[in-house]
Amino acid sequence: MGVPLAGAGVAQAQGLATKGPRATDVTLRINGVPHSMTVEPRVTLLDAIRDHAGLTGTKKGCDQGTCGACTVMVNGRRINSCLTLAMMHERDRITTIEGIGNAETLHPVQAAFIEHDGFQCGFCTPGQIVSAVAMLAEGHAIDRDTVRTQMSGNICRCGCYPHIVDAVLEAGKSS
Amino acid sequence: MNPFAYARADTVGAAIAAGGRRGAHFIAGGTNILDLMKDDVERPEVLIDINALPLGSIEVRNGALYLGALARMSDVAASTAVQKAFPAIAIALRESASPQLRNMASMSGNVLQRTRCPYFRDVATPCNKRNPGSGCGALGGVNRMQAVLGTSPHCIATHASDVAVALVAMDAILHIEHANGSRDVVLEQFYRPPGETPHIENVLRPGELIVGITVPALGYAASSTYVKARDRAQYEFALASAAVALEVDSGTIRSAHIALGGVATIPWRARDAEQTLTGMRATRASYEHAAEVALSGGRGYGQNDFKIPLAKRVLVRALEGASA
Repeated sequence: MGVPLAGAGVAQAQGLATKGPRATDVTLRINGVPHSMTVEPRVTLLDAIRDHAGLTGTKKGCDQGTCGACTVMVNGRRINSCLTLAMMHERDRITTIEGIGNAETLHPVQAAFIEHDGFQCGFCTPGQIVSAVAMLAEGHAIDRDTVRTQMSGNICRCGCYPHIVDAVLEAGKSS
Repeated sequence: MNPFAYARADTVGAAIAAGGRRGAHFIAGGTNILDLMKDDVERPEVLIDINALPLGSIEVRNGALYLGALARMSDVAASTAVQKAFPAIAIALRESASPQLRNMASMSGNVLQRTRCPYFRDVATPCNKRNPGSGCGALGGVNRMQAVLGTSPHCIATHASDVAVALVAMDAILHIEHANGSRDVVLEQFYRPPGETPHIENVLRPGELIVGITVPALGYAASSTYVKARDRAQYEFALASAAVALEVDSGTIRSAHIALGGVATIPWRARDAEQTLTGMRATRASYEHAAEVALSGGRGYGQNDFKIPLAKRVLVRALEGASA
C-alpha cells in the first residue's frame, strides 16, 4: 500500500464530484443483489466482490490480468475484475460464479465441467466457468480450436485444458 | 496502489477540465493504468473515469473508418465492416491480449499503452523512461523482448501494441480535444522515439483527450493483413509483427503500406521498404528485398538479435498474404 497523501483536498477534480481518497459508500449490484460497502477508490472490483461483498468464489490469482481467475461478467461481458475499480461499476450489472448456478441447479457449463473432470485443484475453475458461459453467449463457432482460442484468457496451472475444452464443447452443443 | 481520488466525467468538456490538473490521469478500460499503479510505476492523485462519455462509435462511411476513443477492442475486432474494409486492423485486435482484456480495453487506451519492458515495470531497477537519468537496465540486461529499431543509448523498450501498428500502416489520424479546441495528429507523427527523452512517448499534452481515430479510405486495404509471431499461440505480445496493404496492378506493386511491431520503440512505419517496393514485381524476391531494406537499420542487443531475421520473415509472409 502507498503513502498517505499530504493534505486533504490535494486531489480534487475541477468541476466534478470527487470521491476519496478516503473510503466512501458504494453500492454494487452483484447477481441481482445490491451490496453496499465503504471502500477507497483504489479498491478493485475483485477485492470488493471478495472482501466487501463476501463472495469468495471469484479468485485472486495474478492480480495483473494475466491468469483470468478473477473473471466476472459486467453487463454480460466477461472481464478481469482485478483490472477495474469497484467505483467504476455502480451503474452496472455484475455476475460472479455465485450467480451462474448452485448446488441444486447447476448451470450446463458447471455440469459439463463435472462430467468431463475439467479441473484438478479447482482454483481457476470459477474463472474458467464464468469465462465459458460468456464465451458461449458471444456466439463463436463451437469447435476445438475456437474454444482453445476463446478460452485463452484463463490459465490452468494444473494443465486441465483438454478436459476444459471437452466440457465447453459439450456445454456449447447443448446450449 | 497509492491512495487517489476518483471522479466520473459525463461530458468531454468536464473530463478535459479535470484531466488537465496536475496529478490527474484519465481511466478508460483501466487494464494498463491500474496494472502500472499496482507496481507503483504510475501514482496519479486523481483518476478521471471517462467511460460514461459518448465515444464508443464504430463506423465505416465512404470507405473511411471512424472509431470512438472508447470503442472496445473486442467490438472493433467483431465489426464485419472493419473486417471487410480493414482486415489488418481486425486481425491485429483479435490477436491481441485475451477475450476479457479486449472486452475492457479502449482503442485510445491501446494506442497510449506503456511498454511491457520488465525494467520499466520494476521500480527497484533503473529505467530512463520511468525515472529519467537513472539508466537503462535492459541495455546490458535481459533484453530478449526489447526493440531493434528506433532504439537509443537511453532506451530500447518495445512498443507493445498490435493495433497501433496496423493503424500507423493505414495512415490513421487521432482526434484530440483540449480546453481551447481540438486538433488532429497523424498517428505515425504522434509517437516519439526515445532519443534522449524516453519518458516523453508522444505529443499528447496534459489535459488533452483523444476522442476518436479516423482511418482514411484506402480501397486496397480490403486485402490488408497483419502477421504476428510470438512465443505462444494466444495471449502474448509480439516478438515481431507486420501490418501490410499492397496495391498490385498486373503483377506490379503500385503502392505499399508497411508497419512493423514488436521490434521497435514505436509502431514502426517502414517507409523505405514501401518506396523500394513501389514499381517492383509482386514476387517473393521483391518482398525479401523490401524486408532487408526495412530492417537495414536494425541493431540487436544480444538476446534480441534473433528479432532482425524474424521480423524479415514476418514481413515477407505479410506481403505474400496481402498480395494473395
